[in-house]
Amino acid sequence: MSDKANRARRRFLGNILRGTGLAAIGGGAWAYLIQQESRATPFALRPPGALPEPDFAATCIKCGKCVEACPYDTLRLASVGDPYPLGTPFFEPREVPCYMCEDIPCVPPCPTGALDEALTDIREADMGLAVLIDQEHCLSYRGLRCEVCHRVCPVSDEAITIEHRPRKLSKHGIFVPVVHSEHCTGCGVCEKHCPTAEPTIKVLPRRLAQGRIGEHYRLGWEHDAGITKEFHAAPGKPKGGGDSGGALDYLNEGEL
Amino acid sequence: MSSQPSVSPDKPVRHYQLPPGLGGKLWAWRYLILRRVTQVGVLLLFFATLHWGWAMTGEPVLTGNLSAAELLGLVPMADPFATLQMLLTGHWMETEVLIGAGIILGFYWLVGGRAYCAWVCPINPVTDLANWLRGRLGIRDSRGASRRLRYGALALALLLSPLTGVAAFEWVSPISIMHREVIYGLGMGWVVVGGVFLFDLLVLRHGWCGHLCPLGGFYRLVGEASLVRVRFDGPTCTHCGDCLQVCPAPHVLNLKEAASRGFVASGDCSNCGRCIPVCPEDTLAFGLRPMPTKTTTTSPERRMQP
Repeated sequence: MSDKANRARRRFLGNILRGTGLAAIGGGAWAYLIQQESRATPFALRPPGALPEPDFAATCIKCGKCVEACPYDTLRLASVGDPYPLGTPFFEPREVPCYMCEDIPCVPPCPTGALDEALTDIREADMGLAVLIDQEHCLSYRGLRCEVCHRVCPVSDEAITIEHRPRKLSKHGIFVPVVHSEHCTGCGVCEKHCPTAEPTIKVLPRRLAQGRIGEHYRLGWEHDAGITKEFHAAPGKPKGGGDSGGALDYLNEGEL
Repeated sequence: MSSQPSVSPDKPVRHYQLPPGLGGKLWAWRYLILRRVTQVGVLLLFFATLHWGWAMTGEPVLTGNLSAAELLGLVPMADPFATLQMLLTGHWMETEVLIGAGIILGFYWLVGGRAYCAWVCPINPVTDLANWLRGRLGIRDSRGASRRLRYGALALALLLSPLTGVAAFEWVSPISIMHREVIYGLGMGWVVVGGVFLFDLLVLRHGWCGHLCPLGGFYRLVGEASLVRVRFDGPTCTHCGDCLQVCPAPHVLNLKEAASRGFVASGDCSNCGRCIPVCPEDTLAFGLRPMPTKTTTTSPERRMQP
């Protein structure tokens, strides 16, 4: 092989090597940046109708039309330095919550379907879940008749109800707000209006706020679990339930 | 490469003189002025629709931003490169964005792929400023980098999109960051824009737009077949080289090729129009790509003639 061809080959291989190295380093840094930006910040509350987070991150084109359509300036696009994935719409309920417009104006403008137009009833929206995150500082839990979150809730008496609880030996009870996850839309009006200096009720994305019972659990009082359905008394033994009555009632019958 | 024009800053020979009067100067700068007008105008329409409620016939003028937009509540538009990346993540999307991407792709196929870069992209004034300042401050060109880097970036964007599950370039694009900053308000995004400016000013001449930007690479590929091109009237060219000195991508002005084909063929030409007014012979002008004609010897008309 001639010297010239050799040199050309060396240069060619060198270029391939350099290119590969550059692609590997650049690609690695780039992928890391994206992971940091898109995945590592799980606290963003999305507009109503948003797809589950990985799908939303993939399909949101960051055009801001939902932001534009929101009449309350609830939504914002995350800028560099915001603690949310770059360029995507989010809202912070303590600033401006979602006021649950009946006609959901933010969803139809979405050109990609990242906000799903299948959402037609704003009460079906699932932006997050209100969590009474700090009972220690909740005025209601401290015994005051606050209950502001219950009264401002747009789905009041369904998403937030008030439960009465005894207060140790005092004749005064305490009335605590209880969030019901099946009705809460995560609009954040409760968080906005919570009168404590730092809200004690906060909206979190559901995957942070909610647990899940494993499929294998059977709550006997809700399910007709096979084991209770198929139960038969063993032959030769008396039927269960004490049908004679006497043995059960003897305490009340004054037999002792 | 020997065919590459010399970009040595040592002795730039310029034959072209700006006309003395203001009118003449404005005429000489006509494409520059027009480009700034469209660049600012596009952003202004987005901004005014959002903040001042500009509307025509009851419809908002231009909603959204450069990633996806809607004109007069009717015409959807979308960044075709962003849409491609999003499709590569394995998500099918609503037809609106697909139609919008098709419209924009078709538009830039008509007016010249990288016309986006020179006429619309908000980063362009930033890098133009960096380049102008570079000349003023006499910052010498360091060892050049390959303009093919951007195809690497383009390939990486298309590769990383399915791997990371999000549109890889769209997530970090300084272009998107900048126009969002302009339209939606002040944020730290200007730091990124400043980074691009400093990179172009201090590190690499035409570094971002000419070497790295994968969106530019994408539109370059579109421009390879696009209709509006700079026509080149070969016989009148005196090879003075003035056009090469103002061109931000001088490799596109391959004068030999341009003379034989009659136009600047490379998709890397952004139709910025810098070269047209400086040409003392009026060799260069905007025009349409000549339709591919059969060679004259096999032309049917010619053959029909007796």
